[in-house]
Amino acid sequence: MSESIHPAGNEAQARETVESVARRSYGKLVAFLAARTHDVAAAEDALSEAFASALADWPAHGCPENPEGWLLTVARRKGIDAMRRKHRDELAGADLQLMAEGLEAAASAQIPDQRLALLFACAHPAIEEGTRAPLMLQVVLGLDAAAIASAFLVSPATMGQRLVRAKNKIRQAGIPFHLPGREELRVRLDTVLAAIYAAFSEGWSDGAGTDAAKRDLAQEAIFLCRVVTELLPEDPEALGLLALMLHAEARSGARRNAQGGYVPLDEQDVARWDARMIREAEELLLRASALERIGRFQLEAALQSAHVFRRTTGRNNWEDVARLYESLFAISGSPVVAINRAVAIGASRGATAGLQALEQVAADVRVKQYQPYWAARADLLAKAGAGKEALEAYEMAIGLERDPAVRRFLQDRREAAKQASQRCPAENGKL
Amino acid sequence: MKYVLLDYVNESGWPQLTREEQAHWLGAYRAYMEAMSKAGVLQSSGGLQQTATATTVRIRNEKTQVLDGPYADAKEQLGGFHIIEVTDLDAAISWAARSPTALHGIVEVRPMHEGTLLTEDISKYLKPE
Repeated sequence: MSESIHPAGNEAQARETVESVARRSYGKLVAFLAARTHDVAAAEDALSEAFASALADWPAHGCPENPEGWLLTVARRKGIDAMRRKHRDELAGADLQLMAEGLEAAASAQIPDQRLALLFACAHPAIEEGTRAPLMLQVVLGLDAAAIASAFLVSPATMGQRLVRAKNKIRQAGIPFHLPGREELRVRLDTVLAAIYAAFSEGWSDGAGTDAAKRDLAQEAIFLCRVVTELLPEDPEALGLLALMLHAEARSGARRNAQGGYVPLDEQDVARWDARMIREAEELLLRASALERIGRFQLEAALQSAHVFRRTTGRNNWEDVARLYESLFAISGSPVVAINRAVAIGASRGATAGLQALEQVAADVRVKQYQPYWAARADLLAKAGAGKEALEAYEMAIGLERDPAVRRFLQDRREAAKQASQRCPAENGKL
Repeated sequence: MKYVLLDYVNESGWPQLTREEQAHWLGAYRAYMEAMSKAGVLQSSGGLQQTATATTVRIRNEKTQVLDGPYADAKEQLGGFHIIEVTDLDAAISWAARSPTALHGIVEVRPMHEGTLLTEDISKYLKPE
């Protein structure tokens, strides 16, 4: 192989290099290997064999100067071998030639970055919506199915099957590995961004950071979005999504107090927010707004920005927040947005107005098993003095919550509401 | 589909909790069951007494053996169960993830057969011809 930098590199060092190359280059290598064959699974198999070879070879011979090129050359050979085994009797000429092409070029020259094309393939409308984010995490970042399954709360066997099915679909349906044309790009990019955001949300829901795999998921999603913004610097929604995620991530440390208890946004210690991330988010949002095309993610980022403004200046801007949620609801029609809007209305115009706004989503069956709906309802009911109903709503929220810190927080709120209603029983059921 | 959520817990932990901690956990369990019930998924629940109260019975070599204690001596013991009716495994897992047991023990999600031998034709459970 090529010349080595570490003539007598030890195993730990080689493993470290392999892991860092895997983290940095996995998606790039898969994209390059699968670009012409559309066979993502075969590319991944070949690549994992190449990583195994690297673990065996590098400790003995030192890490190659161009680890990516080394891996790509080996992966291509493995891919061709596998193809030969599969088509022992027939001529798989075309495929073989495709795989062999660039075999020499790969080791020497720069490997083109086709990760964006790979992201578009993973988020193709022909792929089932719920599988897009997991597929990206596996194919572009190399996360294993078991880790992804835990993050998305499905069984590892199910997740494995879904990923296999999606990869088959890419191959059989000939899902293209290139950037969509100009008109199509915007719509298709939305699905890419939505999948990245889905991955981020799964990671972010683990506020306690108890689950390392989930903790990383938020970081991985930010990394993916950075890839998109680097390759498409003029897309305001990609910038908006990155700003949104950075805002949320900047506060992640402040969501727990020293005892591990949950701290809601309006009680967080502002000094514990990551100022650097917030600054970057604000700059991104500014860049996005200069491009003059508003969208869902920019609005969500603007909302985050408004929360930061309120907390750092102490100025009540709940009316602005409510209006932003109004615009967002007009675009998305999402019940989650409607719940947040009701909370903002409750904060600016009073609990009764908030409850009226919340009533609009009450009929949606999806919210009945959604913890934030019940928590919002409980808070508003408690504020409006409807103690008994508030307690029932808190009970639902507690039962639906997974995070023990949030659960305890809700239990404390419930207890406070209970005592308040006992103190002034005359207020009970005032609604 | 019907699933049973089996709660495996370390039963020696419970007496070590303070009264306040016990109240906290029981409150969490009650809210959890309340949520399943109001969502219309909970069919039945059951709590088991300590494994020390268990007795096993088996017939070997034509002799009936009655032994004190539970069948399996594991680090965690079956402490209770919930039978839920949901659309698919994903929904069952999402309920299992909300169980307070998931925090300190293990929740096993097992799909159940529809009906029982009392209600179904035996051929349903036979291997295909």
